[in-house]
Amino acid sequence: MDSSSTIVVVGAGQAGYWAVHTLRKQGYGGRVLLIGDEAHPPHERPPLSKQVLKGEAEPPSTWLTTPEKLADLTVEFLPGRCAVALDRHGRTIELQDGTRIGYDRLLLTTGARPRRLNLPGEADAPVFYLRNITDSLALREWLTAGRRLIVIGGGLIGLEVAAAAAARGCAVTVIEAADRLMARVVGPEISAYVAQLHRDRGTEILTGRIPERFERSTDGCRVICRDGGGYDGDLVVVGIGVVPNAELAATAGLKVENGLWVDAFCRTEDPHIWAAGDVTNHFHPLLDRRIRPETWQNAQNQAIAAARNMVAEPQPYADVPWGWSDQLGMNLQVLGMPRSFGDAVARGDPASGSSTLFYLEDDRIAGVNAINAPKDIAVARRLMAANKSIDRRLLADSSVVLRALLS
Amino acid sequence: MSNESVTWRRVASRSKLTPNNPLAVEVGDKLIGLYLVDGQVYAIGNLCTHEFALLTEGFVEGEAIECPLHQARFSIKTGKVLSEPADADVPSYPVKVEGDDIYVGV
Repeated sequence: MDSSSTIVVVGAGQAGYWAVHTLRKQGYGGRVLLIGDEAHPPHERPPLSKQVLKGEAEPPSTWLTTPEKLADLTVEFLPGRCAVALDRHGRTIELQDGTRIGYDRLLLTTGARPRRLNLPGEADAPVFYLRNITDSLALREWLTAGRRLIVIGGGLIGLEVAAAAAARGCAVTVIEAADRLMARVVGPEISAYVAQLHRDRGTEILTGRIPERFERSTDGCRVICRDGGGYDGDLVVVGIGVVPNAELAATAGLKVENGLWVDAFCRTEDPHIWAAGDVTNHFHPLLDRRIRPETWQNAQNQAIAAARNMVAEPQPYADVPWGWSDQLGMNLQVLGMPRSFGDAVARGDPASGSSTLFYLEDDRIAGVNAINAPKDIAVARRLMAANKSIDRRLLADSSVVLRALLS
Repeated sequence: MSNESVTWRRVASRSKLTPNNPLAVEVGDKLIGLYLVDGQVYAIGNLCTHEFALLTEGFVEGEAIECPLHQARFSIKTGKVLSEPADADVPSYPVKVEGDDIYVGV
């Protein structure tokens, strides 16, 4: 690769870091710039709703690297700088301070931001969103024993916040609009199990309730739901999903529809521009459809794939989607993105504290939810990657070693 | 590691070790994983260098162990890191087998 070329990576989160790391690992000798709007070095976000929020870890423990190590990689790291415009014709990126940076190849790893609730009264209420280090530290200050926390959104983030808050002695109420928790990522069996886990810790779990407005109260605020019910809290955390930060790409005319579109090789429709991580909506060869995972795995591995494809022989990115959550001592791991959770095969009894649910589509595993059973996930991921037809009786039979199904 | 500085410790029974089921052992404050690959016993550090996880809880695939948490992979024979997200090797320890006794040199 000619050493006079320039690769610019916009977005210095987990994906941005793995991209620049991979470019150098691949032997790319040109100029590499990493631009990010956060003040911190690239870091992993999962601990921000777990260990950091609980006060068990501090932000530097999440760092993937340091400015010094990036300098050692000859990566020009520009933290605290926001890219505001992309000129595809002139191949330049413009920063908020007016600086223009030219590129030969561009990688967009701009991530996502919390979806806002924007309900009446929200601006006057103590409402928190959780995405970055600043958010986590601010929220942690508020999660003190005896405080009443209302969590709007019973998804992964909302439940991890609820778990952390309960551990810190808060009285927690979770309000979820759907009829069960984490409905997008797990099956009904797991939703019920997790709801009970939180209830056993004293958390109130309310489903099928849609918040309509906030009202101020003398000592906090009240969340009023569509059915008329009102819930009092000292603070509110909203976790209702994320919105891809795709404005830079969209304004430059790239296709954005539920994320920035890339193909299985992490390419946008512009031959000079690639994208990876939370911002993307990518075609998945194994699933044969477009997906927009919001996972640690995708931030890391799609970025590695994109960077490799920018400077080496392109290979498709086709990891089986995978994510995890830690709540109240339970480790939940999730594989795949099944279209439905209708056909479940259980291995082990959830009540025993360790079990795995396989969701089948046409005799193939389309999704897996494992509670405290990481070994099953390792085997299932390989079964899914191989697209193997499965004998459901063997799957359900705990006396059969799961990895025997691989041969 | 030179031979003079090695202290051999008996850590497990050879008959307890099977190919896809590594054993976790402790020698002093060292966490060590024992593996059986092609009839040969290997010992490497059991703590993933990325985040806290016992590698012996992970998945053995040929000569590699995959971390149960984030799928970093390490060579069972050398401890060398093979894939992200870890970027540091785990230590590798000398092993000798006498009868049914596995000894690890630390």
